[in-house]
Amino acid sequence: MSWVLQNLDVIIGYTGSHLLQALPPILIAFALSLPMAKLANARGWLRTGVTTTSGLLYAIPSLPLFVLLPGIVGTGVRSPLNIAVALSLYGLALMVPAASDAFRSVDRIVLSSATAQGYAPGARFLRVELPLAGPVLLAGVRVVAVSTISLVTVGGVLGVPSLGMLFVDGFRRGILAEIAAGVVFTAVLALLTDALLVLLGRALMPWSRTTAGRRS
Amino acid sequence: MTGNPFLEALAWLADPVHWSGPSGIPLRTLEHLGYTVLGVLVAALIAVPLGLLVGHTGVGKGVAVTAAGAARALPTLGLVTLFALLLGIGLTAPLLAFVVLAVPSLLAGAYAAVESADPSTVDAARAQGMTEWQILTKVEIPLGMPLIVGGFRGATVQVVATAMLAAYVGNGGLGRYIFLGLGSQDYPLMIAGSLLVIALALLLDLVLLLTQRLTAPRGALPA
Repeated sequence: MSWVLQNLDVIIGYTGSHLLQALPPILIAFALSLPMAKLANARGWLRTGVTTTSGLLYAIPSLPLFVLLPGIVGTGVRSPLNIAVALSLYGLALMVPAASDAFRSVDRIVLSSATAQGYAPGARFLRVELPLAGPVLLAGVRVVAVSTISLVTVGGVLGVPSLGMLFVDGFRRGILAEIAAGVVFTAVLALLTDALLVLLGRALMPWSRTTAGRRS
Repeated sequence: MTGNPFLEALAWLADPVHWSGPSGIPLRTLEHLGYTVLGVLVAALIAVPLGLLVGHTGVGKGVAVTAAGAARALPTLGLVTLFALLLGIGLTAPLLAFVVLAVPSLLAGAYAAVESADPSTVDAARAQGMTEWQILTKVEIPLGMPLIVGGFRGATVQVVATAMLAAYVGNGGLGRYIFLGLGSQDYPLMIAGSLLVIALALLLDLVLLLTQRLTAPRGALPA
């Protein structure tokens, strides 16, 4: 505990860079998954392909992916950008199947009624389909957010600053409190983000209180 | 680093020198595979019976679901370094980390498998005079087999990745190559190690995916 208090500024600094690395991939995965899932749902074979690719992508361990990407993307191994690209890929691997399920959970008859009531395709998507798919989408985003925040720490091995540095440094110097602080701060950051998403979901979708907690 | 690091990595992989001896690719791969199998099996001994029990009786359902969710927030690297510092270098520390990380997937898989059985099918079995044990072993487990194997798939993915990090705290496995490369600024060596781990992970995932397809009961809807 005294270690944490003495090094609070270091921990806060790492927490900041941790969040800066985690947030863009979560947002990118969410934004890109919507059109990709819509596209995949339009064709049966494409859907099968997307789900299979996602599954295989997710099977790739994070550290090897962090190592391979710089050679492909052209960034340095220690670049935070490299970590962000890898985490966006993992986020997509989780989010595209979730979004595909979310859109499929929307009753087709409801969509037809919306069209019959005069909704143009764009408006129908934004004001009918997206809100109805919302609860399942939220469940997907929650999984992506928690796993992304936890995965950022692996970059610490390569020297990319994040709460993961506390593990690397604590192990090297034999300070148990430092590693424990890293585990606790990462888990708390993940759970706080998750709780924030639940609150956001309640505010945006007040009708879904009973279904929003559904997790895959 | 002069040439293309990927070509250099491939050249390293193709060099017969690296395919023999105690730090050769075959032995390192076997080590990695051994850690993975051991970790998943120990975790399965704990999690699968527990998951089946929770699924069948419904007791402790909330705890199981919460545990599976909360485990996702635990940073793998943190657990590995924490256990290594507590228990010293050796197999115990990484094994403990493997088990902690593999249990949630296995638990969720086993629990969801039992729960996925249609309640009317279970009631029909009960009406035919099956004991609770028979219902579990002859109805619920066979019907939910793909979900149980799915739990194994998730757990294996986790443990292969963690076994990689175990090399960081001093053990064998394919992670050695990456950390060796990291220490000596040898990017091609890091790539070669990464390609090997990815190949092993994808191979294991494909094997379990096929098992999942094969264990699906005839006439059942695909999971």
